[in-house]
Amino acid sequence: MIASAKKSTNVIIVIILAVLAVLFMIPMVLVLINSLKSKLFISSEPFALPTSQTFVGLENYINGLSSSGFFAAFGRSLFITVASVVLIVLCTAMTSWFITRIKNKITQVIYYAFVFSMIVPFQMVMFTMTYIVGELNLNNVIGIVFVYLGFGAGLSVFMLSGFVKSIPLEIEEAATIDGCNPLQCFFRVVFPILKPTAITVAILNAMWIWNDYLLPYLVLGTDNKTIPVAIQIAMQGAYGDTDMGGFMAMLVLAIIPIIVFYLICQKHIIKGVIAGAVKG
Amino acid sequence: MAKKHKKYFNKSLKNYFPVFLLPTLIAFVIAFIAPFIMGLGLSFTKFNAVTNAQFVGFDNYVKIFTDPNHDFLNALIFTVLFTVVSIVTVNIISFAFAMLLTRGIKGTNFFRSVFFLPNLIGGIVLGYIWQLLINGVLDIIVNSDITKSSAYGFWGLVILNNWQLIGYMMVIYIAGIQNIPGDLTEASAIDGASPAKSLFKITIPMVMPSITICMFLTLTNSFKMFDQNLALTGGAPGKSTQMLALDIYKTFYGRIGWAGVGQAKAVIFFIIVAIIAFIQLRATRSKEVEQ
Repeated sequence: MIASAKKSTNVIIVIILAVLAVLFMIPMVLVLINSLKSKLFISSEPFALPTSQTFVGLENYINGLSSSGFFAAFGRSLFITVASVVLIVLCTAMTSWFITRIKNKITQVIYYAFVFSMIVPFQMVMFTMTYIVGELNLNNVIGIVFVYLGFGAGLSVFMLSGFVKSIPLEIEEAATIDGCNPLQCFFRVVFPILKPTAITVAILNAMWIWNDYLLPYLVLGTDNKTIPVAIQIAMQGAYGDTDMGGFMAMLVLAIIPIIVFYLICQKHIIKGVIAGAVKG
Repeated sequence: MAKKHKKYFNKSLKNYFPVFLLPTLIAFVIAFIAPFIMGLGLSFTKFNAVTNAQFVGFDNYVKIFTDPNHDFLNALIFTVLFTVVSIVTVNIISFAFAMLLTRGIKGTNFFRSVFFLPNLIGGIVLGYIWQLLINGVLDIIVNSDITKSSAYGFWGLVILNNWQLIGYMMVIYIAGIQNIPGDLTEASAIDGASPAKSLFKITIPMVMPSITICMFLTLTNSFKMFDQNLALTGGAPGKSTQMLALDIYKTFYGRIGWAGVGQAKAVIFFIIVAIIAFIQLRATRSKEVEQ
């Protein structure tokens, strides 16, 4: 009796959840559907399914995207994200180990400066940072990777240092007695132990850098667009004369890599995002 | 012996500081430390380019509050309202989702994945996705679009923010609910507590640390929002849906001769965010002591 009552409430809950899941997917499905329609019918009837009259197949993906330089933006975003994440993980792991193992006033100050940077909103430094980066000729696709190292350092050092503290010193001492210099000791002993936190740090930085709009817009300008910049420019730069078909295709192609990435390493992503939330 | 060895270890590591410390530190100084200090200084000057700054004392700060348009104050009020509404809606809904997903029903993982996905999509993309949807709905119902009324913009931003944050907070609440010892809920069921009573007397008190974390996460995420605001409404109509971050941006780059005022606004923005972070630190610390 009680068991069957519980079973029927569970059925109701599944139905409620299924409805909610559909509601959650609607915005993305809507964009996907509209990306297959002729640009003339997107703003006027966004909820209409493509008909034989409005369906254009992949035309939006071919014409709209090649004219807006989206493929170059895609490559640029991919390069900047991958290069920045590799550099951030490598450099901040080394830094975290160094400032945790060598405890003195200077390394303490450096550590707290990293922690402090986490609470400062980007607007506080955006103008002066753009100026300095310009003066140093870092306002290009290679230079911005270095800029991301500076901005990503706060959270990354904070999370990695927390983990380094829990590694027993004896392991590293043993490695040193066996004749390892600090570099060998770091790469052969410490870094493999740091791997779980390093993955978390990599994911958090990857999500943030891939989606970042303002920093690449200010540093690289409109000549070297990343995906978010390309999307914003396509909408705002055209003054109401946007090719809506191409625009929908852009949105779809901006989301697909995220979904693929999510499907491949969902567990790590959810774990990483929570770890970042609880600590930040 | 061990001590002597440790000393040797530290000393040899210290010599490696150009490899271990310097790259991160240089990048950090260029991207953050130097701009931060310069920014503080420039908030007391009038400038168009950084090189022609002239000291003006607190003029910029006075200008923020004497500006006849009251841009900053309006943005502050809009931001606070938006943040308060978001905290309430996001947390109630995500908590309800978490309750539904911790009953051991089939498909839990699938639903969790679907609800979490929007959190990974960037603000600019999210803004334009929702612009298409909201404008489509408004066109059918009232023959209008989101730029025609600040109420449309406000609720549009609230819905977008909920869509993005619910899955995120839900995952944190699920972890909190799953940490409640099973015998506690069992005992209350045996004692004949109603579901509502066990929710308010057991579940909510037991997940209080998660509630604190989620409230502050929603608070900072909503308060600092920029990309979604820029893409969804751009501040329209007029500047009535402009939040603080967007107002600062437009003061810097949209108003000639006002860059100093923009920087002063940014300093105030930073101070508010720092105060929130400080309160958060104390709130989470005192919770830890209680447990």
